[in-house]
Amino acid sequence: MSESVSQRSRIMKRLTTIHSRSQFAEFRPMKQPNPPSWTLKEKISRLKSTMEAVHTEVLLCNDLDFSSVFQRVVEEKGIGRLLYARNTALGSQIYLMNERTPKKLPELATYDESIENWKEQLFSVDASVTETRGGIAETGSLILWPTEEEPRLMSLVPPIHLAVLKAETIHHNFSEVIQKEKWSEQMPTNALLISGPSKTADIEQTLVYGVHGPSQLVVFVIQSN
Amino acid sequence: MPPETMPHQTLSEKSFLEDTAKALKDPQLRRNFKRAMSGLVAKRRNVFPNASEFEGLREQASAVRRKTLSRLPELLELLEFNCERNGIRVHWAETTEEANRIVLDIANEAEVRLAVKGKSMVSEEMGLNAFLEEHGIEAIESDLGEYIIQVDKELPSHIIMPAIHKNLEEISKLFQEKVDSNSTSETAEEMTATARKILRKKFHDADMGLSGVNFAVAETGTLCLVENEGNGRFCTTLPKIHVALMGIEKVVESLQDLPPLLTTLTGSATGQPITTYFNMISGPRREGEKDGPHEVHLVLLDNGRSKMYEDELLRETLLCIRCGACMNHCPVYTRIGGHAYNTVYPGPIGKILTPQIKGIENAGYLANASSLCGACVEVCPVQIPITEILLRLRHNWTRQNKKRHWTDKNRLELLIWNGWKQVFSKPGLYRIQAGLLGRLGNLLPKQTPILSRWAHFRSLPRFSKKSLHRLVEEEGIDHE
Repeated sequence: MSESVSQRSRIMKRLTTIHSRSQFAEFRPMKQPNPPSWTLKEKISRLKSTMEAVHTEVLLCNDLDFSSVFQRVVEEKGIGRLLYARNTALGSQIYLMNERTPKKLPELATYDESIENWKEQLFSVDASVTETRGGIAETGSLILWPTEEEPRLMSLVPPIHLAVLKAETIHHNFSEVIQKEKWSEQMPTNALLISGPSKTADIEQTLVYGVHGPSQLVVFVIQSN
Repeated sequence: MPPETMPHQTLSEKSFLEDTAKALKDPQLRRNFKRAMSGLVAKRRNVFPNASEFEGLREQASAVRRKTLSRLPELLELLEFNCERNGIRVHWAETTEEANRIVLDIANEAEVRLAVKGKSMVSEEMGLNAFLEEHGIEAIESDLGEYIIQVDKELPSHIIMPAIHKNLEEISKLFQEKVDSNSTSETAEEMTATARKILRKKFHDADMGLSGVNFAVAETGTLCLVENEGNGRFCTTLPKIHVALMGIEKVVESLQDLPPLLTTLTGSATGQPITTYFNMISGPRREGEKDGPHEVHLVLLDNGRSKMYEDELLRETLLCIRCGACMNHCPVYTRIGGHAYNTVYPGPIGKILTPQIKGIENAGYLANASSLCGACVEVCPVQIPITEILLRLRHNWTRQNKKRHWTDKNRLELLIWNGWKQVFSKPGLYRIQAGLLGRLGNLLPKQTPILSRWAHFRSLPRFSKKSLHRLVEEEGIDHE
């Protein structure tokens, strides 16, 4: 890598020399436009309409009816094998759901091993269900910070992605969440905004969903009672 | 794909003029571009319906990019420091040859045979696919548009929509001939499904993923990727090694700089408020994590950028975030398409980038392929003064090519301009001329000697009966 080191010093030397003898306009931070101030209800409705505009199914539920709504969706979509994370709050809920009424849920799979040993299984599940870290009302986005429990590929490889979003974690916009949660102090390996199912318009600008990632995205927005 | 059949760039004014003439005579190509570009223009207009709101937004985006340029050396060092701290290995390349060699070394070290690629214009600058093929490594494009043109051994004709020059029937025929002979794919849905199946297998098997970088955040050492398909996530997550390729100008200071850039990029490019995925990568797989690459490499490419940095005006070329809005709105690009330019970057941004990367003596002629209408400047989300830069490049090019200077070449033109100067500097003469043209100008036939040479390709303008002077005297001026 010594070659790269000397390339570095040549590039940097050129840039710093130019920089030291150039005039740059003083940078004045732009005034950020005032963030909208929506009520929780408005945020939910904005997120819902924005995501629905790009083919996402958004279902509003509460703690009490989540199980039945979830089971209905899983059944309607004919999911045969569902990937979930056992050791999350959501995972425990699904585990219990399955204990109580095993017939209502499909076969469950967990992503217990590293991808090198679990690739074939991952590529064969029909759907996955994950938690989310939050939502963004303005652009209709889910925020995911994949974890050991819910790895990165869980929201990418299965053809159907079911995501659970707690209503109180919906922010107005991207800027607000970066600031409020102090992202700059704690960036994870991978942080994601997901704003719909995978799509393309590369063939004659015809919109087609499900090119590489999930072709269906279902969001369960849970409002606390 | 054998390397000798890979397309390559030929920079020559002669072939540019020939290819332009050819493109103008291809009605199918012109229909494809006209339809696609008007679609993109309409989508952008829908997402930025309010002109003053858009002005505010692009003021912000432009300010972020200008901040980067005002602190470029410092931010690059900070980016390198934080990437390394996160476990991302940073490599520097002055030239595309050097960048190719770095990628090859990484691939050889890990015995890579198959690499999957996300969309990266820097990799097109490098001619990376052809280079890797020559060294026995298969590099498969996974963005659907890039995949289509790779199958057809073509170069991208647009920086955002690389296969935009092809219509449905052309792609369907290509799929039947070269992708899957049993394929009966006819609709966009069917072809997308075929490509999904083939490329899933490639993602599954690949040892290395290559990607571009839309923005790199210095304060956190984070690489950001904007995409709709999910192929970028596959390339950067599934293979054991991820190599990200980026021009040195793409750095931004902080995470807070991202929102205005992201909004203006996706809105300007495809008229979307946001893309399906915004992927922020801050390192390789950590202890305990079950997926993600074991190694992440960042290649910082200069390739002429530090030279652009030198001049106060030309430097602004480096503000570009590669949204493609300038080409979508360009009357020249819309008519001749991307391939006629024979450059990695076509359209207005290509006309100012290519002569600076490849040298004014080799590619300066590109700066002439503009009517200077300024549509690109109006839509540019980071306010690059494209027309001013074009004029500067024309000036430099003319100085470089003394022989081409019109005074040496065309006495007739000199005579006409001198006559024009006389008329326009003497009010009496000007009035006589305006009066004459108003009365008799429209009677001049297209075949009038000298005039016919200009009118051969153009419609003659209609002269107004009354001169501007008369109209102002009679009607006055509004809004004064």
